[in-house]
Amino acid sequence: MTEKPLNNRAWFFVLPVLGFVLFSSIIPVMTVVNYSVQDTMGANSFFWNGDQWFRDLLNPATTIGARFNDALFRTLAFSLACLAIEIPLGIALALCAPRKGWAVGISLVVIALPMLIPWNVVGTIWQIFTRADIGLFGATLVGTGLRYNVTQEPISAWMTIVVIDVWHWTPLVILLSYAGLRAIPDAYYQAARIDGASRWAVFSKIELPKLQKVLVIAVLLRFMQTFMIYTEPFVVTGGGPGSATTFLSIDLDKIALGQVDLGNAAAMSLVYYLITLTVCWIFFTVMTQLERRRDV
Amino acid sequence: MRNGTLPKIVFIVYVLILMTPIYWLVKMSLQTNTDIMSGLTLFPRHPTLEKYFEIYNDPTWVHAFGVSLSYVAINTVIAVAVALPAAYAFNRYRFIGDKHLFFWLLTNLMAPAAVFAMPFFQLYYAVGLFDSIWAVVLAHCLFNVPLAVWILEGFVGGVPREIDETAAIDGYSFPRFFILIFLPLIANGIGVTAFFCFMFSWVEQLLATTLTSTHALPFAAVMTRAYSVSGMDWSLLAAAGVLTMIPGAFVIWFVRNHIAKGFALGRV
Repeated sequence: MTEKPLNNRAWFFVLPVLGFVLFSSIIPVMTVVNYSVQDTMGANSFFWNGDQWFRDLLNPATTIGARFNDALFRTLAFSLACLAIEIPLGIALALCAPRKGWAVGISLVVIALPMLIPWNVVGTIWQIFTRADIGLFGATLVGTGLRYNVTQEPISAWMTIVVIDVWHWTPLVILLSYAGLRAIPDAYYQAARIDGASRWAVFSKIELPKLQKVLVIAVLLRFMQTFMIYTEPFVVTGGGPGSATTFLSIDLDKIALGQVDLGNAAAMSLVYYLITLTVCWIFFTVMTQLERRRDV
Repeated sequence: MRNGTLPKIVFIVYVLILMTPIYWLVKMSLQTNTDIMSGLTLFPRHPTLEKYFEIYNDPTWVHAFGVSLSYVAINTVIAVAVALPAAYAFNRYRFIGDKHLFFWLLTNLMAPAAVFAMPFFQLYYAVGLFDSIWAVVLAHCLFNVPLAVWILEGFVGGVPREIDETAAIDGYSFPRFFILIFLPLIANGIGVTAFFCFMFSWVEQLLATTLTSTHALPFAAVMTRAYSVSGMDWSLLAAAGVLTMIPGAFVIWFVRNHIAKGFALGRV
């Protein structure tokens, strides 16, 4: 594949995007940066606090540092668990989905439904659905003899949030992969058929590489969303029992709104933002390199 | 590739599992609050449409539904329209700062909304857009425009560059080529992007409620009525939840043929 042509006039194609995004991003970001280096005594009086918030936060020996550390690992584990289930499941189901006829429209609509429900309602559905006395999910699990109790068992609570996320967001991976699969030219499949390629060969040599770009987006989106998960655990478990489901954003919210500790919260959200950024950047760079190597 | 029987069964089982919580939501919306709390039943004992009528007969709910629909629709159109040429530029050309800019766009999706709500409020208040649908439209562009650029770029990359070259040789001007030849080729991507923009704007609650007060109150804000002092109105919230699924379901129904459209290299 030849190198892309250099053309700085392409900037004109990008300018509208830049305008729309910059308008909403620059000022709010700067305000948060500003908060993160100050302390507040309320009543809009701020004073300079330098890098103290950051030093406390990154030192596990302090209370806030230990708390941040715990929440961070809890959140990373949660993100990884969700990605490990949703991505393979989403690709598999996209391959199973109907391609022609009346079933296509209905399948797409049904798959899309969970994503269209406001997140607090999603939480509410599951809050009822997982109760042993009035919810099908809870009653079934308890009926099979499991010690399932969202409000008292940390493992139940944690697993429930993962189940909710899988239910809620696997459709995103399915829809992206499905559209990506449909965009593969028929000629590729015909060539594979002539070569007598196995189903697995078609998947690993044609479908997966062609899906790469779409999957990179799916992984990044899912990572960012799971890493920032807030509403579902807030509604279903409230971060408990204990701190089993106190993910970063819930902790952040407790500090920012509960304790009105704006400086700490802003510092925390900046560190949190930088972690998200770094993980995404590494993943994106590695994937782009892989793609380039394959194209050469 | 043709589908066999096993994939069909797997898919049907998945759809059934996926539908159970949604069925539970619909069931709850048809029950009274006492019925919901009184025990486990697979079907509502005394089904009633009471809560749906309550929403339908209340101008606040109806107005809020319209408000939500308008800012989501405007936002989706803007996001897809500005993202299309940008996605093309990012995929087809090199230009100064292209890679940095592309990644920077993504970073806008990483902001924890809770912290940014206050600065957003201050910003839109200062420019006089507070409590108008335009505030929400612009605020949602922050994440929907980058999202649209990223998804569309992936689909632009799926179209062989020879197609652009052939069209140029055939004497197509760039705008004609882009609209008549190129856009139909990435119809799958446009369909799925439009749906995702619609969906993410539709379910976003924090910014939408922070940036509005009375005139442009979104549906999600009115929904908080279900959490009152007298206790949680489960069945009202469920009915509202069922109603919120409908517009998005229509959107995906209308773009279904684009998403499922096969890729045929017709002209080459």
